[in-house]
Amino acid sequence: MKLGERGGKIDGLPKITGSAVFTGDLSLPGMLHAAFHRSPHPHARIVSIDTSKALAVQGVHAVLTGADLPVNYGVIPVAQDEHALATEKVRFVGEEVACVAAVDRATAIAAARLVEVTYELLRPVLSIEDALDPEKPVLHDKRRKASNILRRVHQKYGDPDAGFERADVVIDAAYDYPGSTHVPLEPQTAVAIPDAQGRLELWSSTQIPHYLHRTVARVLELRPQDVRVRKPDVGAGYGGKSDPFANELCAAKLALVTGRPVRCVLDREEVFYAHRGRHRTKMTLSMGVTNDGEITAARFTADAEGGAYASYGVVTAYYFGVFLPLPYKLDHWQFTARRCYTNHPPCGPKRGHGAIQPRFALELHMNKLADAIGMDPAELRRRNSVEPDTETSNGLRITSVALNECLDAAMEASGYREKRGNLGPNRGIGIAASAYMCGALHSIYKNEMPQSAVQICADRSGLVRIFSGTADIGQGSNHMLAHLVSGELGIPAEDCPVLEADTHFTPVDLGSYSSRVTFFAGNAALNAARKLKEAITSSFDGDVRFEDGQVHVGQGDDLKSMPFRDAVIHAEGVHGTLGFVGHYTPPKIGSRFRRQSVGPSPAYSFTAQVAEVTVDPETGFVTIDRIWCAHDCGKAINPTIVEGQIEGSVYMGVGEALLEEHVFTGPKGHGGLHRNPSILEYKIPTIHDTPPIEAILIESNDPEGPHGAKEAGEGPQLATVPAIANAIHDACGIWLDAAPFTPDRVLRALERAERGRR
Amino acid sequence: MSDLVLDLTVNGDRQRVLVRSNTTLLDLLRDQLGLTGTKAGCDIGDCGACTVRVDGEPRLSCITLAAEVDGRAVTTIEGIGGPELHPVQQAFHEHVAAQCGFCTPGFVVNLVALFEEHPDATDEQITEALGANICRCTGYTKILAAAQQARDAQKAPS
Repeated sequence: MKLGERGGKIDGLPKITGSAVFTGDLSLPGMLHAAFHRSPHPHARIVSIDTSKALAVQGVHAVLTGADLPVNYGVIPVAQDEHALATEKVRFVGEEVACVAAVDRATAIAAARLVEVTYELLRPVLSIEDALDPEKPVLHDKRRKASNILRRVHQKYGDPDAGFERADVVIDAAYDYPGSTHVPLEPQTAVAIPDAQGRLELWSSTQIPHYLHRTVARVLELRPQDVRVRKPDVGAGYGGKSDPFANELCAAKLALVTGRPVRCVLDREEVFYAHRGRHRTKMTLSMGVTNDGEITAARFTADAEGGAYASYGVVTAYYFGVFLPLPYKLDHWQFTARRCYTNHPPCGPKRGHGAIQPRFALELHMNKLADAIGMDPAELRRRNSVEPDTETSNGLRITSVALNECLDAAMEASGYREKRGNLGPNRGIGIAASAYMCGALHSIYKNEMPQSAVQICADRSGLVRIFSGTADIGQGSNHMLAHLVSGELGIPAEDCPVLEADTHFTPVDLGSYSSRVTFFAGNAALNAARKLKEAITSSFDGDVRFEDGQVHVGQGDDLKSMPFRDAVIHAEGVHGTLGFVGHYTPPKIGSRFRRQSVGPSPAYSFTAQVAEVTVDPETGFVTIDRIWCAHDCGKAINPTIVEGQIEGSVYMGVGEALLEEHVFTGPKGHGGLHRNPSILEYKIPTIHDTPPIEAILIESNDPEGPHGAKEAGEGPQLATVPAIANAIHDACGIWLDAAPFTPDRVLRALERAERGRR
Repeated sequence: MSDLVLDLTVNGDRQRVLVRSNTTLLDLLRDQLGLTGTKAGCDIGDCGACTVRVDGEPRLSCITLAAEVDGRAVTTIEGIGGPELHPVQQAFHEHVAAQCGFCTPGFVVNLVALFEEHPDATDEQITEALGANICRCTGYTKILAAAQQARDAQKAPS
């Protein structure tokens, strides 16, 4: 497939015909089914657990408790505070306490209810304020520092005080961004298969087969060689399947204990407890601007409510700062972020991890500053946009940037200039911009190995097989690999089958998170494909060209053309078996800042977004009429798929803007109870709630991306919520500094504005 | 809880099955008949991933008892298209309207049912028909484009 060619995914058809195999579709002879007993309390000490009644149920094969899986783990090595099943304490309503394996799921569920746990109740920590209150109990009381703050990060660049001195206008505001969750349609599912020698095969709906492999080996105390993690088709993740989960570890342990395959699938309510979603974050931002539109300084604080366990929370705290200024130049600024523990389901990485919340604050602030100095908000952004081939004040190396092109394209497509302030009463248009990473320079656990490797093998069949540890979760990474390899060799993508995410047979890739896959695995695949191409080329005398499934050797009268397959046969005769490994290691970019190891990326994507809205002043109901999203994706390898990533990102932003919020009961009565753990109660946009989304691809051709490509799967969500907020302000003059923009919130803001006018 | 013997037609094949009285159509299809193309996303009728046709009508199989389909004809995603792709499937493929693909069977089944009854379905009728199907990946944009293409393809004289 040619670079930039549109079309269906190489592995698209099975998902459309019903033959795709997801983890929950696997059924094995003798397979048992597992179900959890979960904590009804937000915070309690476990006094005793009695599993005898559960074990006595006919059809039950085993019951696990925390004592059976005592090894701690966590995806980030510096914060491994999790256990597959609660050991001494429970820390949120819904935490896994015991796990039953039985002949069928109904039996497992019924038996799990019979597990008897005696608790000593503890006072719960149910908010950021609670977490910061030294009088409240500490969730993880065995940590070295007894505190509910998992991580505090403070960084300062330049001279903020001097920057504020130079400002003509300084605006302070507080922002509140809600917690939300991913709701992948496929619940977390695992199937574990033991063998007679105590080795284990684990199929799972994971985004991170490699980290899962490490964790299973660690927690079950097996050699990594004796664990094989496989990821079949996955019903999406959006970051929600980036941690190792209790259902995976319990299925694995139960399989070893019972000697039988075990399936452990969460029900929908349980998916809300598995969570790992967006941190509710309370922020303050102070920013200064000169009258001619230079942003001079910023001071930012962010306090994030993280739930019961760390997950990626340490990273979240750093990202809050790293992604605050980008996509703008800002020389003098500082931030303080605190990521707290509370007695709620653990938060983690949701699409646009750690960047969504600061973007919300800063992009609203940009419009407020622009209003204060009488400048068009788009123009203020343009004046401050970061430039290509520069280094930011916090040491980020910037390569390709097409932010201004994105701003222009979004404004042009939407008619922003003509519409702004002119749409009539209660209608408005708003703009926002953003930047995001294309993978992390530094891997989660310290090592010098490549972060992604791809192995390819060509032979007389005419196939070029691709082996990769990447995890396609629907975003199209398998297609991306085949598209790049086939493009390099001038053959159909269908002739490049991908075997992915099988830790026994595929080279390591760190997984589908931080928007890293196209940049990292794409480069690795190109690297391998070019080695194969070179081997075929060097097996002939003369010029060799690869196109349309043919290999052309020589020129003019000496031109000899043959099918690709024949060229492979020739080359194999010359060189021997044709197998090559490509890999990608991000460049070693030194930083002036030693503390800056979380956040830097080999490249950044840029986005500008325009939203048009109508606000009903009677009901407070906001209708988004249309969204235009111009995204600098570097280079669109398959534009159809890139558009799909942009549309999906904007959609998820629409949900966070208008509907989505994790809500828990407060301290009175039964605190910490999830109030909306179903798809009906946790409101997510249907087709009726989703506006037309126009994706505009801008190509800046990054010098280090595969053919110039950058990410497209997360960055386009960052600007959606603030663009909508800014449009609402344009429509009716209210600033909504807290999301989601529900009718009650809009009405209250309209009433406040009305009172202010009187 | 009693056991029931049901006679039904699934994707054109007549079947006699033994189920518990509380078995859902979804569990019958997936666990007993091995038709795993129909997906379980919520088990309480909120997401639409389990949509199948019962005597042509779209039904949420997770909240339909197997007993209710005794003597009736059920069509699942596996019964659509083949050997050629159905125009709806073809359009879904070209537009990459399936990202993760978990919701896709429900969308395809619903659209096939819609276009059989309303070959000229308006865009409003399409969105109405898809209003109870959740897709978390696509923002529905490519799904709508695929639906429009499928509708127009079958309208066009061949």
